[in-house]
Amino acid sequence: MKVLVAVKRVVDYNVKVRVKSDNTGVDIANVKMSMNPFDEIAVEEAVRLKEKGVVTEIIAVSCGVTQCQETLRTAMAIGADRAILVETSEELQPLAVAKLLKALVDKEQPGLVILGKQAIDDDCNQTGQMLAALADLPQATFASKIEVVDGKASVTREVDGGLETIAVSLPAVVTTDLRLNEPRYVTLPNIMKAKKKQLDVFKPEDLGVDVSPRIKTLKVSEPPKRSAGIKVPDVATLVAKLKTEAKVI
Amino acid sequence: MTILVIAEHDNASVKGATLNTVTAALACGGDVHILIAGANAAAAAAAAAQIAGVSKVLHADAPGFEHGLAENVAAQVLAVASGYSHLVFPATASGKNIAPRVAAKLDVAQISDVTKVLSADTFERPIYAGNAIATVQSLDATKVLTVRTTGFDPAAATGGSATVEVLAAAADAGKSTFVGSEIAKNDRPELTAAKIIVSGGRALGSAEKFNEVMIPLADKLGAALGASRAAVDAGYAPNDWQVGQTGKIVAPQLYIAAGISGAIQHLAGMKDSKVIVAINKDGEAPIFSVADYGLEADLFVAVPELVAAL
Repeated sequence: MKVLVAVKRVVDYNVKVRVKSDNTGVDIANVKMSMNPFDEIAVEEAVRLKEKGVVTEIIAVSCGVTQCQETLRTAMAIGADRAILVETSEELQPLAVAKLLKALVDKEQPGLVILGKQAIDDDCNQTGQMLAALADLPQATFASKIEVVDGKASVTREVDGGLETIAVSLPAVVTTDLRLNEPRYVTLPNIMKAKKKQLDVFKPEDLGVDVSPRIKTLKVSEPPKRSAGIKVPDVATLVAKLKTEAKVI
Repeated sequence: MTILVIAEHDNASVKGATLNTVTAALACGGDVHILIAGANAAAAAAAAAQIAGVSKVLHADAPGFEHGLAENVAAQVLAVASGYSHLVFPATASGKNIAPRVAAKLDVAQISDVTKVLSADTFERPIYAGNAIATVQSLDATKVLTVRTTGFDPAAATGGSATVEVLAAAADAGKSTFVGSEIAKNDRPELTAAKIIVSGGRALGSAEKFNEVMIPLADKLGAALGASRAAVDAGYAPNDWQVGQTGKIVAPQLYIAAGISGAIQHLAGMKDSKVIVAINKDGEAPIFSVADYGLEADLFVAVPELVAAL
């Protein structure tokens, strides 16, 4: 079974982003970029399925600017066999990415598509579900455990209040939650090997997909600042403040 | 203009998140209808009809809706979608699961985690873990939204008198089945609806210590228990207690963070709380930058003292 894994290049999760002074967006020039953490978990899961003998080939896919090649090389260093970049400098929204991935699903016919549950830049949490809808596949979102048996995937999902397990027929789309696995570190020999692996580049036009944005960003602003608080010397003062000043208890 | 709210319910009653979603829907302007897709969910439909501001309840009943499987519920929403300008879901695990599926089938974009409705097509939403607020305008004919429930007050659960219309249920997609669930037993207030939350972090050291130190405080305050990702990953607290970008987003009256350093991913989940109290022995911890009241102390001493003082 082939697996398609979608990875996104995002601002590294440790970076505290700044809103541009003209309110057109956040300043991401000269900021460290990395693979979206949920996508690392997706690649790791695909590699583990391959190690178990369930999966035969892992294809990593990314959509965006030329530099996304670095993200794909990282995916191949973790263990993906080859990679596809859909290159465009347009702003890509989840619907556009889902359409690009749908075109690649049609082309590659994977048995399973794994994505992260959300990207930490736009915080949308949409692409996996949208891909499942467009490709008319079942979906298993927010997965914390995946088992593939007899043409079905049994997936434990993190839902409000606890966990739920569903079974989906394959092919299916799965999105990863944090607790699915702990991604491995990439080793230097694997980084070197990844440089030799195949990386194909397409344009959205090659796939016949219109990627024009459907949502217009009018403004990006700083969140309202909290007014500075105070430090209290002891528990008694804290309780007094909460009772008389804040009146919350 | 008519707006459809897709209710979150347990077949017997309507969940709290639905009420906040109704408020957001009313802010878009226009008539508000509610869809209850469930199994033997007449009680939930009757409850939805009582919600103030709702003019009609659509009730579709079939076994395939019992556990809210995305494929089946999305098909039901799509069956009625053509009559609506807005399809509004709560941004809960269930809403997030279904809304994008509906949007893609309609070939429209979806707007996630709306925190403010500026007009019928313009909304505010947080991005980058809440470090920026984007004002976005939908260019599509149908607006598909998920609503951050902490951004809107709940609509009154009673006082409405909507008519209930029974719909023919959409066919089961047959691609997924519900196997089982493990819902954590919790007799405390629900995390996202609680007025007071006490939350513990990695500094608690073990599940035993977590329970020993945090539960008396929660009991004393009638509070819900929360946790940082570090505490959840270390197994001190169950997954669904996690507050943060990838867990629950909460905005209680009082949030007490004990032994939580305050990583941006955690702050994204709680910085809209009215009053934040931080108890941490590291005076430099980032949590102090958002705390209204900070106590630099060992939580193993300070929390029991606090329990005694309340």
